[in-house]
Amino acid sequence: MNENQSKRHLTVALAGNPNAGKTTLFNSLTGLNQKVANYPGVTVERKEGVWNLGEDTATLIDLPGLYSLDATSLDEQIARDVITGKVEGVPRPDVIVSVVDATNLERNLYLATQLFEYGIPVVIALTMIDVFEKRKHDIDIEKLSESLGVPVIPVNAKAERGKSELAEKVLASVGTPGRIPYELNGGGPDGDTAKIFARYNFISTAVQESVRHNDKREHRISEKIDRVLTHRVFGLAILILILLTVFQAIFSWATLPMDLLEQGFGALGDGVRTILPEGILADLVVDGVIAGVGGVLVFLPQILLLFLFISILEDTGYLARAAFLLDKLMSRVGLHGKAFLPLMSSFACAIPGIMATRTIENRRDRFATIMIAPFMSCSARLPVYTLMIGAFFAGQTIFGFISLGAVLMLAMYALGIIVALVVAFILKRTLLKAPPPPFIMELPPYRMPSLRTVFQNMLTRAWLFVKRAGTVILAISIILWALMYFPRTEPTRSSAMQTELSASTGSDKGDPAVELPLPDGEQLRNSFAGRLGHLIEPVIRPLGFDWKIGVALIASFAAREVLVSTLSIIYNVGKDENEQSETLISAIRNARDDNGRLVWTPLTALTLMVFFVLAMQCMSTVAIVRRETNSWLWTLFMVGYMTGLAYLAAFFTYQGGKLLGFS
Amino acid sequence: MTLADLAKGESRKVLSVRGEDVVTRRLMEMGVVPGVAIRMVKSAPFGDPLEINVRGYSLALRRNEAESVVLEKVATNE
Repeated sequence: MNENQSKRHLTVALAGNPNAGKTTLFNSLTGLNQKVANYPGVTVERKEGVWNLGEDTATLIDLPGLYSLDATSLDEQIARDVITGKVEGVPRPDVIVSVVDATNLERNLYLATQLFEYGIPVVIALTMIDVFEKRKHDIDIEKLSESLGVPVIPVNAKAERGKSELAEKVLASVGTPGRIPYELNGGGPDGDTAKIFARYNFISTAVQESVRHNDKREHRISEKIDRVLTHRVFGLAILILILLTVFQAIFSWATLPMDLLEQGFGALGDGVRTILPEGILADLVVDGVIAGVGGVLVFLPQILLLFLFISILEDTGYLARAAFLLDKLMSRVGLHGKAFLPLMSSFACAIPGIMATRTIENRRDRFATIMIAPFMSCSARLPVYTLMIGAFFAGQTIFGFISLGAVLMLAMYALGIIVALVVAFILKRTLLKAPPPPFIMELPPYRMPSLRTVFQNMLTRAWLFVKRAGTVILAISIILWALMYFPRTEPTRSSAMQTELSASTGSDKGDPAVELPLPDGEQLRNSFAGRLGHLIEPVIRPLGFDWKIGVALIASFAAREVLVSTLSIIYNVGKDENEQSETLISAIRNARDDNGRLVWTPLTALTLMVFFVLAMQCMSTVAIVRRETNSWLWTLFMVGYMTGLAYLAAFFTYQGGKLLGFS
Repeated sequence: MTLADLAKGESRKVLSVRGEDVVTRRLMEMGVVPGVAIRMVKSAPFGDPLEINVRGYSLALRRNEAESVVLEKVATNE
């Protein structure tokens, strides 16, 4: 044996149906030695790890969960490309390990038989064998292996059963592809269906020869659980209860870590200021980089929590039931039942919501869901609603006992949902027109989720968010910071304005070259952003907004909640005010325009809220949409149509309100 | 008679799967091929989709998809 033979490095692909126990096996074989990336140009996750095969090692490629290799979905296409060696940087596999769930043998073997047809040696890893045996079923492994013509190894990833035998068989099968053990009488008009029929006929025979069902009427535990969980009445009630719990948890449990993160970034900024010399570099790092990236990372606790719940719901098998319960409702506007979860998630934050659309196989359905997800009122809109309601509608009631603020808040959420449904309805009949995609979906048996898989899922997805959002957010934060920072205001030029506006607030971040410290608001007014505010004033005038609100709108493109801090800066009340600040509220109430008229009225506040419900003002979402759709065209379309709709809705709110006599 | 007409709890064998589109192929890939027995489990709260049991596992599909599955005239005992 020479050096080359004794230390081989192989490429092994792991293929299997969703829910077949593939991820658990992958984790068990590779340990922590794995990395997650994307296949070039698409959002299909590419998971690889190193599998130690004794003397030799293998790169283990975890293919996406599949039912077939016929390339109707993106996942199937990628899997086929990997197996045929068409993916750049991924060598054609030496061996394929086909993960087959013993409790669902026939359908799982379908993918395995397809794998036989690629001329690569296949080894079958039989999972869930313990569950299978518990049901008093009997399986003759040798007989099954003989009928299929490939090695079959029962594995139990948790109990380490079968791992070394699996490695042995994989090594032994390198370079010895099996033959296709059945006749593929393909060709002709129904070539495809004839092939499917041939594969299943072969499978039925092989299974009949080797499996004995002792207990014919087996305990269908999942069906029993479903008597409650997908019950006509209880099913929906329980679904609503679960959604409410998740929702509540995302909002309330995440508050503390979010506050801590916010304070942490504040402290980090202060710390950096003491280290760096005062000046442009310190300003860039603190106000641009730390504030910008920090403002997005603050949402990480919500995202982690949401992904934790999604992982649990997914792994237990409940998610498929929820799609089953809601498909009829969702399909009325042309959406898939699976779209409900991304949309629900978007109430917390559109970013995890859009990432969650990956469970929707059909591209058009997925895009339609992505395009409407940001209409769900996310948590970043809350500070804006709170500020506006607090300033203009606080303490008012309807019929003496219903709080007007609460009604308005609810109305904003409802507006987002209604517009989303209408847009989905239109999109599915125009740009994303397609015959309704098949719903055909497995309802996997209920299972206890594996803690490790759940946490790994959660962390992987959260990390993708940080990595993806990070780069683009950093760039846009710096651009927005520069727009508000330059040109620097000279004290002589601004003295007139300063007297007019009673420059009482001192600032700790003046340019050292400038003798008199300038208030933050002064700098902002003369900056490029301030000038942009003036520039867009004619456009936003019909909405009742002046140039100062224009500046705040421009700044809040970065993230909606930035509106609050920008208004604080522009009204000179200090930039650390929050949305419940009395100083900020009275500053807004008393703000006057250049002609001395009050800028803000309840109608202006309502118009601004309507604008915020519909406008695309979140650079992180833009970044994620770009990544997930892999298309600038769709991303720009979304920004354009949402902002256009927002403008129109705000226009009709303001002008309509004026016509009705509100001020 | 098609799968969409199958009563709750009843089992029948598949005679043919009509059509040559994505739905037909997907159904067959999931194991719904001529000769296999299908049991109707239930329909979702709004009457659609349906849950069936085929080859020992649960499959959900919409009513209009179930219409392309033609069943044999006699019921089978599981």
